Amino acid sequence: MSARSDLLLRLADDELIVGWRDSEWTGIAPTLEEDVAFSSIAQNEIGHARALYELAALELDTDADALAFDRTPDEYRCAPLVQLHLLEWSHTIARRYLYEEADRLRIEALIGSGDTKLAGLAAKIDREEVYHRLHAELWADRLRDEPRFTEAVDELWPYALGMLEPELRPELARRVGKASDGLLDEQLSSEHQRGAHLPELTELWEQMTEVRRSIPGAEW
Amino acid sequence: MDTRTQEFLAYVQEGGQVEATDWLPEEYRQKLIKFIEMHANSELMGVLPEREWILKAPTLQRKLALTAKVQDEVGHAQLIYRVAEDLGKPRDEMFADLLSGKAKFHNVFHYPTVSWGDVGVIAWLVDAAAIISQKALLKCSYAPYARIMKKICWEESFHILHGRDVILALMTGTDGQRALVQEAVNRWWGPLMQFHGNPIAREEDPMYVWRIKSQGNEEARQQFLEGYVPQIWELGLTVPDPALRRSNDGVWSYSEPDWAELKSVVTGHGPRSQERLDFRRRFLEQEKWVRDTVLAA
Amino acid sequence: MPIFEVFRQEKKGQAFAHAGSVEAPDAAFADTWAREQYGRRGESEALWLVPRDSIHSITEWADEFDLKYRRVDGYSIKTRLKEARERALGSAAETG
Repeated sequence: MSARSDLLLRLADDELIVGWRDSEWTGIAPTLEEDVAFSSIAQNEIGHARALYELAALELDTDADALAFDRTPDEYRCAPLVQLHLLEWSHTIARRYLYEEADRLRIEALIGSGDTKLAGLAAKIDREEVYHRLHAELWADRLRDEPRFTEAVDELWPYALGMLEPELRPELARRVGKASDGLLDEQLSSEHQRGAHLPELTELWEQMTEVRRSIPGAEW
Repeated sequence: MDTRTQEFLAYVQEGGQVEATDWLPEEYRQKLIKFIEMHANSELMGVLPEREWILKAPTLQRKLALTAKVQDEVGHAQLIYRVAEDLGKPRDEMFADLLSGKAKFHNVFHYPTVSWGDVGVIAWLVDAAAIISQKALLKCSYAPYARIMKKICWEESFHILHGRDVILALMTGTDGQRALVQEAVNRWWGPLMQFHGNPIAREEDPMYVWRIKSQGNEEARQQFLEGYVPQIWELGLTVPDPALRRSNDGVWSYSEPDWAELKSVVTGHGPRSQERLDFRRRFLEQEKWVRDTVLAA
Repeated sequence: MPIFEVFRQEKKGQAFAHAGSVEAPDAAFADTWAREQYGRRGESEALWLVPRDSIHSITEWADEFDLKYRRVDGYSIKTRLKEARERALGSAAETG
């Protein structure tokens, strides 16, 4: 597999899994109004995943659904941050906030890259992400004095770092207002970094692929 | 009935509409709130049987469509609760009454979903039954409710197509997939026939008398049968009612639905009634801090 | 939480029509929520969000005297027009 395909799958898997996690809030968000808005975010994420899988599918001679559903859990390249099962609002918003900050950094890098197709897609994604960021920042601002939220951010911080390549981490720390000074890599264990496959991912995969696996090769 | 109420009744029976700020007879207001509340509760509870299939959807397209459909249902709940709130009943109180069983939600949302076949049948047939009821509200005498029904019916239009698309994919698929659909139809038929309520004459149905809805229960059921039994039969599916037939003058006859089952289910004794209410209660309580602190203005 | 009324413009150039309301703690949340509830299908060109308290409503009118003089339905010109036309025809016939 080329480095490009690997990169596309990393991005797509992150978006698919975080979108899947976010879609779990459909029907149970804190207010009905927030529920509707949050569901749009989840759909956007999955839409981004689909576009990224389609790009990868061209290179890998397959299709987006096969990439999204037909690999084993170990073959997914998503960061542990999105694998975590967080069914509490404080943690979900903390993840949204950190994910958007980290994602923004790598989207900026992609837009500036020489890969025209990917740069174009990244720019499209970025235009939708504007609203995700507004949403995440709105909540983060309202929750800034709430211990449930600040503790959740602290807990998830190593995972947020682990979502990015080492060279982007200091900038993330700067933007989020966390201490830098070369302590970053010490906070990270392999569990926080891409490559780690948490049990939660396997559980998610089993649910996500249950219907599809029930009749392999079927059209749905 | 006093004169003012009689005049109001005559006014709405002639097609007149009223707004939130108009004088409403107390009987009308109470019946209206109860009806609207049950509708809102149904949209809210209807999310739960479908929600688990969002997570299991077998393609990206289906996942997106199902998420959007369920999102619409949450949105409808918001629109409908807002109407009831403006009639004087706070949202928290409506949630409390739903969870305590004091307020009800439609029978179909008390049943389990078992397979992807259910996803198709719900979007195709259950939603169809609901849309017939919803269209009968477009001319509701209470104008704020009539107006939101327009948006609701417009959004439902993609739900119907999505449902048909899911069913047709299954019916043109493997034998196993076709079996999923037939099995789901067999299970949902009973609740579907009960859905529009017992065949009380519309002149005796307060909802019709006050022109909250524009058709009686049996009219709605006949419309459903007329529209959808041909669709079921043309796919080679069977309906589990040997007595179902259409007479020459277009009237459908069928086995008497189980009204005792309907009553039992809507009073909270359905196979999934308590489990779903518990699920709702769990998240309502868990996220209460959000509403109390962050969202309190 | 306060209520924000939502006014919606469906197409460019059209009037904004009342579309519903959202309950939100402030304008920022109202924006985030209303844009999805009334715009996620690209069905709105624009939205106005207005706190309910800012809306001043008028539903009662004085209607004591005949106001038809300033309305179209207060004028019936058919009879006089017929008469005027007949006169014009008559004088045309006279002058040849």
